[in-house]
Amino acid sequence: MTIHATECLLRMYDQHYELEDYQSGVPRWCTGCGDNAILAAVQRLCRDEDLRPEKTVFVSGIGCSSRFPHYMKTYGFHGIHGRALPVAEGIKMSRPDLNVFVNTGDGDCCSIGAAHWIHAIRYNMNMTVMLHDNQIYGLTKMQASPTSPRGLKSNTTPRGAYLEGLNPLTVTLGVQNVSFVAQAVDWIPEVLYDIIRAAYHHKGFSFVRILQRCPEWLPKMLDPWVHDPLKINLVHHENGVKLSPGISKVYRTQEKHDPSDIHSAREIASVLDPIPVGILYHNPDVPCYEDLRDAGQQRSARYIKAGFEAELDKFTVWPEGAQPKTQPSA
Amino acid sequence: MQEALVEAPVKSRPRPAASPEATAKKATPATLSEHIVEIVSDSGEGAQRCGQTFGAIASQMGLGVWTVEIIPAEIRPPARSVAGGSGNRIRLGSKRITNGGNETDLVIAFNEQVLLGRVRTGELKPGCTILLESMWREHKDPKIVESYTETYDQLAKAGYKVVEIPMERQCKTILADSRRGKNMFALGILCSIYSFDLKLAREQIAITFGKKNASVIETNVRLLHAGYDWAENNLEFKYCIPATRSTEPQIVVNGNTALALGVLASGMEICAMYPITPATSVSHYLSSVFEKVGGIVHQAEDEIAACTFAIGASYAGKCAVTVTSGPGYSLKQEGIGLAVMGEIPLVVINVQRGGPSTGQPTKVEQGDLLTSVFGSHGDAPKVVIAPATIEDCFYSVITARKIAEAFNMVVVILSDASLGTSQQPFPRPQFREDWLAPPIDQSEVPPSAKPYDWNPKTGLARRFIPGQSGGMHTLTGLAHDKLSHVAYDPESNESGLRMRSLKLAALQQTLKPAPVFGDPKGDLLVIGWGSTKGAIEEAVDNLRAEGHKVSSVHLTFLQPLAPGLKELMQKFKKVICIEGNWSDDPKQDIVNEDNRRFSALAMMLRSRYLVDVDCWSEVRGQPIKPNTIQRVLLEKLKQK
Repeated sequence: MTIHATECLLRMYDQHYELEDYQSGVPRWCTGCGDNAILAAVQRLCRDEDLRPEKTVFVSGIGCSSRFPHYMKTYGFHGIHGRALPVAEGIKMSRPDLNVFVNTGDGDCCSIGAAHWIHAIRYNMNMTVMLHDNQIYGLTKMQASPTSPRGLKSNTTPRGAYLEGLNPLTVTLGVQNVSFVAQAVDWIPEVLYDIIRAAYHHKGFSFVRILQRCPEWLPKMLDPWVHDPLKINLVHHENGVKLSPGISKVYRTQEKHDPSDIHSAREIASVLDPIPVGILYHNPDVPCYEDLRDAGQQRSARYIKAGFEAELDKFTVWPEGAQPKTQPSA
Repeated sequence: MQEALVEAPVKSRPRPAASPEATAKKATPATLSEHIVEIVSDSGEGAQRCGQTFGAIASQMGLGVWTVEIIPAEIRPPARSVAGGSGNRIRLGSKRITNGGNETDLVIAFNEQVLLGRVRTGELKPGCTILLESMWREHKDPKIVESYTETYDQLAKAGYKVVEIPMERQCKTILADSRRGKNMFALGILCSIYSFDLKLAREQIAITFGKKNASVIETNVRLLHAGYDWAENNLEFKYCIPATRSTEPQIVVNGNTALALGVLASGMEICAMYPITPATSVSHYLSSVFEKVGGIVHQAEDEIAACTFAIGASYAGKCAVTVTSGPGYSLKQEGIGLAVMGEIPLVVINVQRGGPSTGQPTKVEQGDLLTSVFGSHGDAPKVVIAPATIEDCFYSVITARKIAEAFNMVVVILSDASLGTSQQPFPRPQFREDWLAPPIDQSEVPPSAKPYDWNPKTGLARRFIPGQSGGMHTLTGLAHDKLSHVAYDPESNESGLRMRSLKLAALQQTLKPAPVFGDPKGDLLVIGWGSTKGAIEEAVDNLRAEGHKVSSVHLTFLQPLAPGLKELMQKFKKVICIEGNWSDDPKQDIVNEDNRRFSALAMMLRSRYLVDVDCWSEVRGQPIKPNTIQRVLLEKLKQK
């Protein structure tokens, strides 16, 4: 089908999308699962930003949260356990023009894929990463995860988890080249949306840890925080999350924090109770790996040929009398 | 403590040195059709550079050349150690040389310990010429003097023609740190012995040290001349191997560089890798040149990330490549399975080394064939091809990229440490635009099209690439239907497996029968794959010259196999696979018909064709020698 260039441009700039344009199928998550809240926030973001579905890719690994791409009417890549980040990096390096999102769980990101997580922070590629952290393995039926709190009884820790849970925020904030770290909770959708939106707008590796409830395996674990707004510390700033009057009224524990201050970000991140919610760190000046590598360049066959011939010249034994060609300029 | 030497090898094989004796100084050159020369030193003394330069001069002169690196596993092994020898082995000939050949005819050794390493591994021809640095005879440490003299005496007694050369003393007249210059002195000696053109040698030194300043080149040229003059005045032998300079431009690179050039020429844009011996030099070279043509080499945090990064890149754009060796190849298996399941094109280069586990990182083995064909859990059909020459290394990448994209499959290229580090000239490739990957499809997808709209006959389906409007779907590693929806129903699962498998059959239909070396019928058919080609064909050639009815066929495609193989095997009384991977020796006491483990290709051929394919294999970490193969084939011919 042929479209005129002008019409093409019009389509590009004039395309508006509705929520339904991003909705695909009925999520098979449990009722009350925090994943549903994240999905709703992300679909809203896509609509509000008019993200072109064909230019948007959601990448995930394995686990409950990693079903996420199936419920988006965009491109999706539901890969293998722990490897969502390197897949997403490959996509971004190959196609910097695409919007790349990653949905990963606490097992996927902080356990089997932990090495990739650390290095993804370093690469600082432009993508939005949502860590769906319910502190338990759900799909494999209730095993302790690396973020499970000490003492948590699970099928693999029937006498209680032996170790302290890993804190994904302090880990992320400890890595060189970190550029965006935020925390949200599934039960405050307004702030969740604001944070994901800010993450999307940050150019670089935006890491959002989202504490989410697992109604199946840990139905009551987060109840104390869900039921007591004072146990949420809203971290706000004119350069971070801005509080609406409604939110401000309900969540009275608040802290003003400049997201450019990494030391204070690390302090806030290390507090487990009250739970900090907001943008902890934001540095727009960290270079993106795909920019450093000059990704997405289009090269003509002639250009490749010139470079190739120049290389061959270095290794060529010419027949007697034959003059080596001069190096073609690339 | 002095370790025991090898037993004197001359008794069992009383063959005289290949070198015709000459008596006078300023010897007149004896004409040879071919010779194998090697140079070994402690790591860091530059024997490798000497050998490479020597090989390059020989290529320039038009000699047939095959060079093999002698590499210790460590970067800086202890000096004067048996296992620490580093250097190069060069087989020179009037005709085209297709492999590293048999035992060495002449060796230059910088100390007696690295020489012993070569003697003990059976690499030297009994009675061959040894040029040995003599400085150790006057060393201040009496233990070293003792070791040296003892070794010298024993080698001489064993029939080797040992000539002491005062490299240290001679070099010291030119530069203070002789350790850094002996290699060019040695090069001068070799140029004299083999009657090389000194002008070409000087030019090659200028290329070798081109990045350094002019005084470095000048010093090295002085060392070259010093070595040359010393040999002219002191050695009593000299050879000449007649050369015919090619009328076509030739490329002189090793297999790993050839693979990297192939990546360049294939139009692939992203290579993701993690450092691993002996594959890394592919990425070294690629890193230095790929960006010049718009490519990117990504050094990932691990092998798994390298594989999945390449998969992500392929999924969203042009086919990408990941380069690795044994252990890294094992780590990539889950990722490879994902690419198979999602039908994402991917090229995986495996420069095989000795295994299992860490095995022998710098040594050759063909141990990954079955892993490549059957690897990853479940049924994961993928294409496996094996280059057999340095030239093949180059073209195999272009072929692999094309197949990967035409069939949306994983294509594994099985090279090995021998091809990777060997050099052999081949005709300069003529660049073709159709080698390059086409631009990625960003056209609108018709409303009715499905992401896995398999052709029921061939299993082929058009791939939708992000950016294509209307093509939105979620690719998944789970069982899925044509819409890429997760599907656990029996029908969908089976049909997915069927379609992915059919693609192999479809590809197989396009293959041509592998060419036969020798007559298409006879007493014995030898089947091989990969780097053993030159050695097998040389052995077959020699046996045919003796009147034996032996032929060979060398397989490039290992999965799927080329057509016509069964018919070919049936035209021979016996069939044997020669390979560089493990197989049980049927003569061992407890090995019998029920438990004998066959070499990898033999096992595949036996199970596919129900033909009684025998096998012989060797896993000594060295390229299999033509005369070893010849002996094995003769035995097989004699067997009832």
